[in-house]
Amino acid sequence: MVDLHHKPEKERKTNALLDAADMVFSQLRTMALVLKHTFTKADTVEYPEQKPYLAPRYRGRIVLTRDPDGEERCVGCNLCAAACPVDCIALQQTIDDGGRKRADFFRINFSRCILCGFCEEACPTYAIQLTPDVELAEYDRQNLVYEKEHLLIKGVGKYPDYSFYRHSGIEVDINGERKAKGDAQQEKSPIDIKGLMP
Amino acid sequence: MVETLFKLLEMTVIIGLLIPIAAMLVWVERRMIGIWQDRLGPNRVGPFGILQSFADLLKILGKEDWIPPFSERLVFTLAPVIGAVCVLMSFAVIPFSPTIGVSDLNIGLLFFLAMASLAVYSVVLAGWASNSKYALLGGMRAAAQTVSYEVFMGLSVMGVVLLSGSFNLREIVLAQENGWFIQSQFLGFVIFLIAGIAESHRLPFDLPEAETELTAGFHTEYSGLKFALFFLGEYLGVTLISAMSVVLFFGGWMMPEPLDSWLPPLMWFIFKILFFVLFFILLRTSLPRPRFDQLLSFGWKYMLPLALFNLLVTGALKLGGVYG
Repeated sequence: MVDLHHKPEKERKTNALLDAADMVFSQLRTMALVLKHTFTKADTVEYPEQKPYLAPRYRGRIVLTRDPDGEERCVGCNLCAAACPVDCIALQQTIDDGGRKRADFFRINFSRCILCGFCEEACPTYAIQLTPDVELAEYDRQNLVYEKEHLLIKGVGKYPDYSFYRHSGIEVDINGERKAKGDAQQEKSPIDIKGLMP
Repeated sequence: MVETLFKLLEMTVIIGLLIPIAAMLVWVERRMIGIWQDRLGPNRVGPFGILQSFADLLKILGKEDWIPPFSERLVFTLAPVIGAVCVLMSFAVIPFSPTIGVSDLNIGLLFFLAMASLAVYSVVLAGWASNSKYALLGGMRAAAQTVSYEVFMGLSVMGVVLLSGSFNLREIVLAQENGWFIQSQFLGFVIFLIAGIAESHRLPFDLPEAETELTAGFHTEYSGLKFALFFLGEYLGVTLISAMSVVLFFGGWMMPEPLDSWLPPLMWFIFKILFFVLFFILLRTSLPRPRFDQLLSFGWKYMLPLALFNLLVTGALKLGGVYG
């Protein structure tokens, strides 16, 4: 059997003196190249004084946003808590007098949260959103447990025009006015399924 | 009596300055490496981070001074002391300026070589007493490396001795009045510097403590103040080799005609030392560590013959009357 993989090593003429000179040159060249970096600018971003740019969609501290009417977007559906891989979200749904569903309590334990953004992806009402704020340091671990009042912000976050209850066909109070079935955006009036008219 | 007191004061001042300088070198090194790697280095404690070393010192003093129960207690404690003391002793023969210098020993150069040899004990004993595999490997490497490199370190400076006709370091400096020995002893200087790097086990010859393979080598088991002593010894060693290079090959405190009146001799000496210290740091940033067998064969196969060749040529030229 012929060994096909074996090839004779390439013959190379070696000159000890030339090799040594080559080695010395190589070392000196390395040092010269490093020395050149004396005059290059450092890449360091001096963090506390100099804030790095964080993109608007950066995954940082989690907030609960409001719809354009200033009402809470969260309907307490629990999808975020189900999606959370580290189980750091806890909440309870209630229905208020106006017919809105909302979170009775909403708690995120940021000492567990890995800022993966799955909750934001799971949220059907754009309520839960991640913000470009990463400065979550605390001296006391317990201070990293955020309750609903800590999480709720005044603004609309990334989706300024979206309002779940204006879209959905649920009978509900919006700004004190009753929105009946069929009054939602792009919603047709309900059909009387027992009627005979076309 | 007054003279003795004055001498004691001089010694105290020199030691009292050397140790903070060695501590400052840690900062200088980290800062320079940072610059050469396009970083900033420690710049938080004090202006430009200058107090970083003192912060480090405070931290290291606060650490538990732990002696592993499996170690040889006495030797374990003694080893770092030997290292620091040997290096500090070597500074006794260094002439800092025409007037400053602890001792005008007529065998100053031999004393330096002897102290450099004794310093090996520190590393070897540390490696042995630690009773741990990494420390032992580091100690063994240190022994082999230092013994090999010492041979041609001694030979490389013999050219200087031939030219100046003296082992006294002050006289060696004075003999360079008409031209530094770097001109006639360039090869000797290169060999001495390489041996010096190996003696102070700095990168690229830091095999005794090679982090990537031996954790921390001979000082793996050390912590707290004893570790600090090793550190101090290393940085004093860098200063010592730099000082010796300056004394032997770069005219010590002397400078050529127009420059010498600009600054006092001591300042020139310090600037020259600083130059070499920076060179040591540059070596650390730029060159990778050789394998151990490469290190030894490089020493015995290239450096030793070169040192002998240098000595031979210098001797022949001296006999031929080239140097007068």
